[in-house]
Amino acid sequence: MKPIKTYIALLAVIFAAACAGGRTTATQPTTSPVLRGTGDLGVVIERATGSVLIVETTRRTTLARVEGLGDLSHASLNFSRDARYAYVYGRDGGLTKIDLLEARIVKRIIQGGNSIGGAISQDGRLIAVSNYEPGGVRVFDADSLEMLADIPAVSADGKASKTVGLVDLPGNRFAYSLYDAGEIWVADLSDPRNPVVQKFADAGKLPYDALITPDGRFYVAGLFGEDGMSMVDLWHDQPRVTRVLHKYGKGEQKLPVYKMPHLEGWALTGRYSFVPGVGRHEVVVVDNETWQEVRRIPVKGQPVFVSARPDGRQVWVNFAFPDYDTVQVLDVPSMKIVKELHPGKAVLHMEFTPRGDEVWISARDANKVVVYRTDDFRKVTELEAEKPSGIFFTPRAHRIGM
Amino acid sequence: MLRRETPYVLLVSTILATVQPALAAEPDAARRSQLRELVREDCGSCHGMTLKGGLGPALRPADLAGKHPELLKTIILEGVPGTPMPPWRRFLSEDEARYIAVELKKGMSDETD
Repeated sequence: MKPIKTYIALLAVIFAAACAGGRTTATQPTTSPVLRGTGDLGVVIERATGSVLIVETTRRTTLARVEGLGDLSHASLNFSRDARYAYVYGRDGGLTKIDLLEARIVKRIIQGGNSIGGAISQDGRLIAVSNYEPGGVRVFDADSLEMLADIPAVSADGKASKTVGLVDLPGNRFAYSLYDAGEIWVADLSDPRNPVVQKFADAGKLPYDALITPDGRFYVAGLFGEDGMSMVDLWHDQPRVTRVLHKYGKGEQKLPVYKMPHLEGWALTGRYSFVPGVGRHEVVVVDNETWQEVRRIPVKGQPVFVSARPDGRQVWVNFAFPDYDTVQVLDVPSMKIVKELHPGKAVLHMEFTPRGDEVWISARDANKVVVYRTDDFRKVTELEAEKPSGIFFTPRAHRIGM
Repeated sequence: MLRRETPYVLLVSTILATVQPALAAEPDAARRSQLRELVREDCGSCHGMTLKGGLGPALRPADLAGKHPELLKTIILEGVPGTPMPPWRRFLSEDEARYIAVELKKGMSDETD
């Protein structure tokens, strides 16, 4: 009897250690995975230590830390379509596939010198990564991470460009922008080893990021070098680039931008969309039908993320240096700021729980993730994290452009 | 007490502000540490946390070869018009910007690339 008891006790200890969020190293899963779903799981990037936390939003706990992901000083990720794996893109060109259930690295490759982001194809079979160095987009098999295509971003004048704003489009296509050349490209990967690229020139000066509307129809690139945004209507028979919001801020002196806004996720709220002004301490409200500016809402600083709660009733905004200790909440019906929060110094990202009852906010210099309710703005809990940046929850697996 | 002290404090800080540019002193240890953190985290959002470049150019010693620290100091303080590089004058003194410029030339990244 005694040996069995000891054995059970030992198992319990191992189980407890695994559940309590003890450090699970990348190479040695300590136990077989607990039987559970992944719909309430998420990943928090720890930017300075090359690690990520695997978290769950039901009891708001950290399940494990996975280490060994390289330089994550700028990182983003996509989830596999079964929401079991995450593909993490790091600054060192690393592409790391993580198993959320086993809390371990499945595979890791260095695919480029300096990558900025990625996207997963509609069918979940392809991973595309955009690079600063070398410029261009590389496409990988989602299973094996074998490289299938390498698409350099060399514009008509022969110069290589940094690629930004990479998103997935229906039909195993990807769209992205050429920062230096000012072009928008759409790559069709129906035949993964033989991509067909459609190029849209004259897409504006210095596109810094882009987004795709949740219906996969409008690709919109934010421009740093000129006023307004560039848009391609991908449902059109003959898609072409048009400028929208080009009158916004025309002739006005721009304020310095201490961090570029991110356009991930169009803050779409029924009839209106909310976008960060660039060089202006404003959120711009855009009519989704006419693409005209409806109004500007003055905010605390240069907006970085302008994120709609999943039901579209609120829009949460965080800011660039030096106003990055603040988060402001806009009420959509009244278009007024209804709350200002101070989660900690250097707020870098906000992520809503799947139905928007809570929001998780990373405060880099406070080394914590703060969870708030979105109805009464009460702080629910805090989770320790080492210099946290991006927070990503698995419902992204099932959305275009996320 | 507070009321009587305020003008004095104001006077002292005015004098200090006037005198400071002439001194060209290196920032003290606490401030130096803050500045290194600023470069790593906030300059890092465009230039990369290890300064090997991002949307903005790389800032490792080899990348800055041939660029005089005074030029770098001016770029830090005034920004580069027509590019996303913003002016940092609101947040940094001449001495602090010069310190960053000199340190960048020596190598500020913790990593050996």
